[in-house]
Amino acid sequence: MYNAKYIWPGIILFVVVFTSPFWMNMGLGKYERPAVALPLTEKYCVESREFMAAEHMQLLDYWRDVALREEKREYVATDGTSWTISLQNTCMSCHANKVEFCDKCHNANGVDPYCWDCHVEPRGNN
Amino acid sequence: MLFSLLAVIVLGGIAWLVAPNMPGFFGIILPYAAVLVFLAGFVWRIMNWAKSPVPFRIPTTGGQQRSLDFIKPARLDSPFTKAGTIGRMILEVLLFRSLFRNTKAELKDGPRMVYWSSKWLWIFALIFHYSFLIIFIRHFRLFLGVDVLPFCLEAIDKVDSMLQVGIPRFYMSDALILAGLLFLLCRRLFDYKIRYISLPGDYFPLFLLLGIAGSGVLMRYFMKGDIATVKTFIVNLVSFGPISASGLPPIFFLHLLFISTLLIYFPFSKLMHMGGVFLSPTRNLPNNSRAVHHENPWNPPKKFHTYAAYEDDFRDLMDEAGLPLEITPEEAAARAGAAKE
Repeated sequence: MYNAKYIWPGIILFVVVFTSPFWMNMGLGKYERPAVALPLTEKYCVESREFMAAEHMQLLDYWRDVALREEKREYVATDGTSWTISLQNTCMSCHANKVEFCDKCHNANGVDPYCWDCHVEPRGNN
Repeated sequence: MLFSLLAVIVLGGIAWLVAPNMPGFFGIILPYAAVLVFLAGFVWRIMNWAKSPVPFRIPTTGGQQRSLDFIKPARLDSPFTKAGTIGRMILEVLLFRSLFRNTKAELKDGPRMVYWSSKWLWIFALIFHYSFLIIFIRHFRLFLGVDVLPFCLEAIDKVDSMLQVGIPRFYMSDALILAGLLFLLCRRLFDYKIRYISLPGDYFPLFLLLGIAGSGVLMRYFMKGDIATVKTFIVNLVSFGPISASGLPPIFFLHLLFISTLLIYFPFSKLMHMGGVFLSPTRNLPNNSRAVHHENPWNPPKKFHTYAAYEDDFRDLMDEAGLPLEITPEEAAARAGAAKE
């Protein structure tokens, strides 16, 4: 092999960089889905649990647009229930703690929403 | 072209219809195999190149080579020193300098050949490659099971999504990679000269990458799955403790199968220019062939027949013919006698 003094460091660097997720995860054990604090009283959110897990950001975005730009404050869910469009009064009446609910999943997945640039973040009862 | 398109569509169909029913193979075995093939194949190709001798010093020159002191040399385009060569390589790898020098030949008003400087390939190649790099780095947030993600990942994410369009926030690199790929594809389709020399090996990676970027865009903005479930699966896969992939949405299997295909295809295709650019003798050698002897590594060991040996062979005949000798036969006989004693 020619130019071994350049080839070997190059190959080692390449392999190390491309396998970095593998060795950075070493010794961390089994990764569990982040456990969010679910409300104690309510069992059903605005829409189904699957829909909320995947699409809550779009629902919130839609709520913001209709509430602020069209002044519509009523949302009829797919099961026919009517909800008042309000982050403060509807969502946060159950999900009262940002650290235990929102942040758990957002931090684990590297998501940083800008809801709290305008809204007051809920801190629970403590 | 159609063959490549069909191949990608068939792969997509397999992923969409078959993969969700065989999550063990398409979710776990295939990705592991793909990573293994990619790494082993990549190293094998590099070793193969590293073992190939470079018989001549063949840097392409794009400027005045070093000459007399009062003639200004092009230090980067015709590098003489190691530093110049390294500078040339850095610019080549990071800024695609040889694409910047791209020209386009065109026939104008009858038989008049005109050469244009054409920067489109350069700019769209840059857009594509850097978008791909950013997207690759961004994905690490889904690979790492650490409690606090590294700051640089967050920073890249923030900058990429700083337009704050829509929710989930729109990434600029998503649009740019598609624009770059579409340009690279249209270039092959609509420029008849390039179309003529394009092979399935040129179209297939383009369609495959369009499939990867397209399925990623669909998954993020339009056909969302629960990202926490996906991350749980991915991190455990990366930690060598795979959990079942059943229940993950078909679009995820589509994305995963395309990526696995890319990894397996990579070492055996033109995509190896990723490693090959560092081993291009036309770029990584200094243009100093007039100052430094370049040894051809495959030359056999030379057999010399020196004049002294020649004289030994023919001394007596040369003496008979009266030719001048360095060692006369008498001297040679005396030396042979001395050596015997």
